[in-house]
Amino acid sequence: MRTGLSSNWIDDLQQVLSFHFMLNALRAGSAVAVVAGALGYFVVLRRQSFAAHTLALIGFPGAAGATLVGWNPLVGFFGFCIGGALMIGALPVSGQTGSSSDGESSAVIGTVQAFALACGFLFVSLYKGFLSGLNSLLFGTITGITDEQVLSLFVAGAVCVIVLAAMARPLLFTSIDPAAAAAMGVPVRLISVGFLLLVGLAAAGTSQVTGSLLVFALLIAPAAAATKLTARPFVGVLLSIGIALGVTWAGECIAFFSPYPIGFWVTTLAFTVFLLANLYRGLADRYGAHNPHHRNRTHV
Amino acid sequence: MFSQPFIQHALIVGASVGALSGMVGYFLVLRAQVFAADALSHVAYTGALAALAAGVDMRLGFFAATITVGVILSFLGGRRIADDVLTGTLFAWILGLGVLFLAIYTTQNSTSNGAANAKVLFGSIFSISKTAAATASWIAAGLVMLLIVMARPLLFASIDATVAMARGVPVRFLGALFLAIVGATVAEAAQLVGALVLLGLLAAPAAAAQRLTNRPWRALGLSATLAVLAVWGGVVLAYAVPKLPATFTIMLCAAAELALAFLVTISRSQRKLQTVATS
Repeated sequence: MRTGLSSNWIDDLQQVLSFHFMLNALRAGSAVAVVAGALGYFVVLRRQSFAAHTLALIGFPGAAGATLVGWNPLVGFFGFCIGGALMIGALPVSGQTGSSSDGESSAVIGTVQAFALACGFLFVSLYKGFLSGLNSLLFGTITGITDEQVLSLFVAGAVCVIVLAAMARPLLFTSIDPAAAAAMGVPVRLISVGFLLLVGLAAAGTSQVTGSLLVFALLIAPAAAATKLTARPFVGVLLSIGIALGVTWAGECIAFFSPYPIGFWVTTLAFTVFLLANLYRGLADRYGAHNPHHRNRTHV
Repeated sequence: MFSQPFIQHALIVGASVGALSGMVGYFLVLRAQVFAADALSHVAYTGALAALAAGVDMRLGFFAATITVGVILSFLGGRRIADDVLTGTLFAWILGLGVLFLAIYTTQNSTSNGAANAKVLFGSIFSISKTAAATASWIAAGLVMLLIVMARPLLFASIDATVAMARGVPVRFLGALFLAIVGATVAEAAQLVGALVLLGLLAAPAAAAQRLTNRPWRALGLSATLAVLAVWGGVVLAYAVPKLPATFTIMLCAAAELALAFLVTISRSQRKLQTVATS
């Protein structure tokens, strides 16, 4: 099945696209990257990495539990991620943000995360012989994406993007200055919970491609790189989406030609882009006094 | 059941590592560094698989990876983990490296790799050997002593770093040392409940203790006690119901403690409200 690289990159690309599973992987990857890139920008802005990471992991027990009772794993992924988002949003201590700088709220989120993973382990060990599927649930695969999954990812992705576009302005406002937004009558609490729900949906979708453990790389790293490169929110979101797409496509193609799994390539590429963006920011801050944005960057 | 050697080992290791986790967890919650512990627990996975791929003892990988990254994190973030985005990106990539090591390890040994991988991820308290139990317990006892010695200045530095620094407390050094201890604790707890679940053992008893009391010393002791009880309860429960893995029952007990603490404090504050209203 696997053939080597030739010197002609067009031939290589045609070779990649001639496999149906690769086509599906690229389709699914594109849907996932757009959503993760866009939502990730706000996750970074709101400093909710920890909550996002927890939501990403909650998909694993969902899928394992669904497999145990004989349902479609997709139901488990989406059901648990949405349920987890509601739970974190409803936590009595999570306050308005659920940011990781609050000790008690992050301790509760950490407990939710560990308990969910322990449940996942319980389901896996109750379902004998499922162990071989453990790795692809946790670390993703490019070979196993079905047409049905691609369709569900497109639907979930479209819902996420439309809702996010509708709530983008108030979300940006509450993310940057929650007190002022609340004073202006913006429903801060509703927006926080709604945003967590979207992150849950995105995490469930992304887990299909990268696995539960590596969703985080696609959610945080491109967005973090984008905030280093531009201060304008709209450009930042687009840039974040662009980086996420590039990283996903490149990762999937490299994984096709290499013996190592997609999870490794996607995380490594994302981290490289993040480092390059930091390097650029450092150089620009030192030499580029003419940069008009560099005083009021939105990242902290 | 207590005559079984594997239960005895589990209870001894559970007591020492549980007490350590509870104490470290208390400071983690106080310093709002739970996310750092989350990052370190994922780093532990990569360390263990790197060790497996290189053919050395898994525990060596646990300790080397977590302590190194713990110290690195303390230099990245100053007193606190200033940038959770930086932490997140870094550990997502390190986890990706873990997948690479998993692939290397899997291609090397085609047999029983799935079991080894699950053991790193989810631990196995019942398969700890006598020597491993002794080593882990001694290391945990040493770390607990170290924490008790540095508890006073660390509390001071955690609650008000500026004043502590003005009074001559080495705040930065304490922060780095503390994250190194967190790294070692993660490596210890990973042997019990695995890299993915140990965060609950650090976070849940500590959060419950902080709910129940405001006094630092009492909360520190209570957190350690609750963590030990969670491990012991989990061991007993897993023995009673063999279908349930011990990692799950330990986490179940820890989560139940936190839920109970919430119930107790909420009903307590409501009673207070009622007495205020009636008087």
